[in-house]
Amino acid sequence: MSIRRTFSTTGRVLRQISHDPRTVALLLVVPSLLIGLVAWLFSDTDVFEQVGPAMLALFPFIIMFLVTSIATLRERRSGTLERLLSMPLAKLEFILGYTFAFGLLAVLQASIAVAFAVWVCGLEIDGPLWLLLCVALADAVLGTTLGLFASAFARTEFQVVQFMPLIVFPQVLLGGIFLPREDMPDVLYAISDWLPLSHAIDALNAVAGDTEDAAYVGGKLLIIGAFALGAVILGAITLRRRTA
Amino acid sequence: MEHSALALRIDGLTVRRGRNVAVRDLDLSLARGELVGLLGPSGSGKTTLMRSIVGVQRLESGTVTVLGQSAGSPPLRHRVGYVTQDVSVYSDLTVRENLSYFATVLGVGGAEIDRVVAATDLGGQLKQLAGSLSGGQVSRVSLAAALLGTPELLVLDEPTVGLDPVLRSELWGLFRELARGGVTLLVSSHVMDEATRCDRLLLMRDGEILADTTPRQLLADTGTSDAEEAFLVLIERHPGERTEERS
Ligand SMILES: Nc1ncnc2c1ncn2[C@@H]1O[C@H](COP(=O)(O)OP(=O)(O)OP(=O)(O)O)[C@@H](O)[C@H]1O
Ligand SMILES: [Mg+2]
Repeated sequence: MSIRRTFSTTGRVLRQISHDPRTVALLLVVPSLLIGLVAWLFSDTDVFEQVGPAMLALFPFIIMFLVTSIATLRERRSGTLERLLSMPLAKLEFILGYTFAFGLLAVLQASIAVAFAVWVCGLEIDGPLWLLLCVALADAVLGTTLGLFASAFARTEFQVVQFMPLIVFPQVLLGGIFLPREDMPDVLYAISDWLPLSHAIDALNAVAGDTEDAAYVGGKLLIIGAFALGAVILGAITLRRRTA
Repeated sequence: MEHSALALRIDGLTVRRGRNVAVRDLDLSLARGELVGLLGPSGSGKTTLMRSIVGVQRLESGTVTVLGQSAGSPPLRHRVGYVTQDVSVYSDLTVRENLSYFATVLGVGGAEIDRVVAATDLGGQLKQLAGSLSGGQVSRVSLAAALLGTPELLVLDEPTVGLDPVLRSELWGLFRELARGGVTLLVSSHVMDEATRCDRLLLMRDGEILADTTPRQLLADTGTSDAEEAFLVLIERHPGERTEERS
């Protein structure tokens, strides 16, 4: 493991994105726009107070998943990955390089989304704001790492897009936005307990309502972190130097 | 050690890709400092052979030993340079950004970048995005990246595609110079007149090496006066079970 090679990969990915200002702009503002839309949609009800915190988990997660998986797929298809794998770049350096690059973008994106939800859309947060930000960040980073992992199984852009309904949508459906997790059928509840997004949404709701202590949220953060770490490790393992 | 004098030694290499046997029970040895041309019709297995040598191809059977070590082993990744058939550079980075990233991965300094830029005549394009370069320019960036760190074995998959005759000739001059300095080069090509600039020629066909010869020997054996004709004569002499069209 070389820190220098890892961070030069991070720098390279960020430089690539910086040459594409439109992507940067979309990446940073789209989650906020969507949150604003939800707030507006439910402006005469108290629904936004209930689902708003979950939105902070949802949109950054989905967008980071998509962007990351497409970026690495492009690398695979352009032949640059093949060149890199014939060079002294460890697979973990490659994966971590990407994780840090998109993780940094995720940090910016989640911060903007939280600020927008709280100060523009008037989302009421009873607990500490920094804790909310931490959960949103962890969640966006999770989207990045899952995207990296998923792209290992995709040969084409079409397949990558198919991973959305496969990996992301079930987590959204079972995450407790549509129906509180406690009210689900037992089997689905048990399944949802194994999906990282459920824990992110639990944590965000806990901070927003100030219903649990920091230790509870910390525990949830650990769970999300463990999933992200697992995805990084699996991503490095499933990245093959030799291909057919 | 017998192997250390050899840049490359392949024994009984077989590679299956999809339903096809892309390389069939192939043996090959290259001495250090040889400039070797790899020719053959489209689909004959040139790229597959090269991928096996740089260690990114899954093998069915056989061994590939590069510079005395098993192909693809970590120490070799500093010592082998590879130009893939598609130009493998980042189209959304400038030429300089591309080269400095690859240089960092290889652990070589900025002086190396200047050297390979001069060798590939890219000084005027350093600040241009690779995606906006002409076909010949971008393939030179790909080549420049492979030259970083002066590898001992260079595996070049059609490095001169899309280049004009002057540039092609300059690059072959560069290849010759590198070989004189002890670098071993394996260069695939479809341009037959380039073949005459090699020390040694390998003709592939259906995953096998049809002829292992020198340019002079090839002309003498086939009674022809140029490489293109000689190649056609050879292919005709060894009719394969399938003939593939060149795109
Ligand atoms: N990814 C792949 N999956 C399945 N078969 C493949 C794959 N890549 C190549 N092949 C097959 O392997 C054989 C050898 O292909 P290869 O790319 O090595 O040929 P080549 O000599 O480099 O051709 P060209 O001159 O067109 O580049 C061909 O029959 C080809 O169809
Ligand atoms: Mg080829």
